Amino acid sequence: MTDLTKPQPQDAAGVPMVEAQGVRKSFGLVEVLKGIDLEVKKGEVFVLVGPSGSGKSTFLRCINHLEKINGGLLSVDGELVGYQMRGGRLHELKDREVAQKRRDIGMVFQHFNLFPHMTAIENVIEAPVQVKGESKAAARERGMALLERVGLADKAKNYPSQLSGGQQQRVAIARALAMKPKLMLFDEPTSALDPELVGDVLDVMRGLAEEGMTMVVVTHEMGFAREVGDALVFMDGGVVVESGNPREVLSNPQHERTRAFLSKVL
Amino acid sequence: MNSSDQGSVPPGRPETLKAVPVRHPGRWVGAAVVALLAAMLIHALTTNPQFQWDVVGKYIFDSSILHGLGVTLELTFLSMLIGVSGGVILAIMRLSPNPVLSSTAWFYIWVFRGTPVLVQLLFWNFLGTLWANISIGIPFGPAFWSQPTNEAIPLFVAALLGLGLNEAAYMAEIVRGGIQSVPLGQTEAAHALGMSQFNTMRRIILPQAMRVIIPPTGNETISMLKTTSLVSSIALEELLRAGQNIYSRTFQTIPLLIVVSIWYLLMTSILTVVQYYIERHYARGANRVLPPTPLQRLRRLFAGRPVPPAKDDVVPGLEGGGHV
Repeated sequence: MTDLTKPQPQDAAGVPMVEAQGVRKSFGLVEVLKGIDLEVKKGEVFVLVGPSGSGKSTFLRCINHLEKINGGLLSVDGELVGYQMRGGRLHELKDREVAQKRRDIGMVFQHFNLFPHMTAIENVIEAPVQVKGESKAAARERGMALLERVGLADKAKNYPSQLSGGQQQRVAIARALAMKPKLMLFDEPTSALDPELVGDVLDVMRGLAEEGMTMVVVTHEMGFAREVGDALVFMDGGVVVESGNPREVLSNPQHERTRAFLSKVL
Repeated sequence: MNSSDQGSVPPGRPETLKAVPVRHPGRWVGAAVVALLAAMLIHALTTNPQFQWDVVGKYIFDSSILHGLGVTLELTFLSMLIGVSGGVILAIMRLSPNPVLSSTAWFYIWVFRGTPVLVQLLFWNFLGTLWANISIGIPFGPAFWSQPTNEAIPLFVAALLGLGLNEAAYMAEIVRGGIQSVPLGQTEAAHALGMSQFNTMRRIILPQAMRVIIPPTGNETISMLKTTSLVSSIALEELLRAGQNIYSRTFQTIPLLIVVSIWYLLMTSILTVVQYYIERHYARGANRVLPPTPLQRLRRLFAGRPVPPAKDDVVPGLEGGGHV
């Protein structure tokens, strides 16, 4: 099933998958991101942790331009997000061009956001058929393989309301993978789930990581971060407080705020 | 049950309870009163010769009545078509970030919802006194095509414009409510998949908004069927006007009004059934099991036991036990 995702070779010298330089974002008068610098390498599982309100979800949503940044530079695979440099000046991209770029970036939401009027398989094939113009038959075949991969082939004809939270989230992952993304964004994918259902979703994510998918994960699952993560960033108050290897940061935090946060969640 | 084990729980399966049911004397009194009133009504309807039921029977399938019925149905269908499509466009305009579009839609709704539909009908009918000719051409420049207004807008078109454009204002508010009932996360999920604004609206938002839009639209359609009777005032021969034309000749006013009412009632009843099935269609995904159709209910009534839902309504994977 390796053809379902694109394994990226670890290439330290290549262009980073996500690069942020001094990214700022305000909602009205409230500045949520106060200059974020970070770099996500290709094939890396990049974990964002921090207290709620620290701006980690907002930053994630900036990566696929669901939120527009107010300052700094943010690029995905070497291309600016939402803007284009032409003749030495920044130009905003048209809606159509933004949509074009989003095809390559999969996103999984805290509350799943499956389309409730479509069955699981219809959710999965919607974007390949409508956006990429794939034939229904081909998309369905690939969609079934993806549902099989997340362990839900037998639920293909169920509507989201007939699925548990964990099953809905796994369908949502299959839906994002159906676009063959080169980058996957996870926004607290297990926060809305019953504790006993979290494991199934994390298993699917672990499998994706093993295949070399580049992933940016906002999560409170420190076990997952330690085990699967290649890099970790601790954010608080709209700034990056501490970053490094997840195992080192989690076991030996350098900063007082990191220590205070980890003592509460670990 | 014997008296010796009173108070103790009998072993095994509990027997079917045999208890004296509660009596409802109030219901019997109520039923008797209603039955009496109904009998009085039927007596009045059948014995008063002024109803002239034979005249009702004579005109119910009269060709001019049936023609009027056809015009009424045509007007209802086309006005609702203008109303619904206009309403969708106006609703999207009102929700647009473009201030010109949203305030234009606001103004349209303000005018068309704020004046009586009868006044609007008369306006369209007398448009010829406002502009004698209608022409198509370059704005403020030469015209390519020109025609007297009264020829370009015959009676039927005037009625259609009056009813349809008025309905669009009401439908706009209904559609807007439906669109706004869909959570923002749906738009975000569609955008994150790379779907365009247009496809997001068409494939994701509107189908979900339909569940909220359909019931009031059904009411609007039924209401429109009856509102078409207003165009009798601009002398278009629809159902009511057809009846009026006959009784102005024969002076059999009441029986012809009954003829007309029977047709209106029959049509609204049919529309009610149609509305039920459309609502059921758009409930997909919202209800875990769709409610039975009236036909299934009827079968259940005669079978005296629950009929399993139709095959395509069964939730796959939920038939046995329903573990999720």
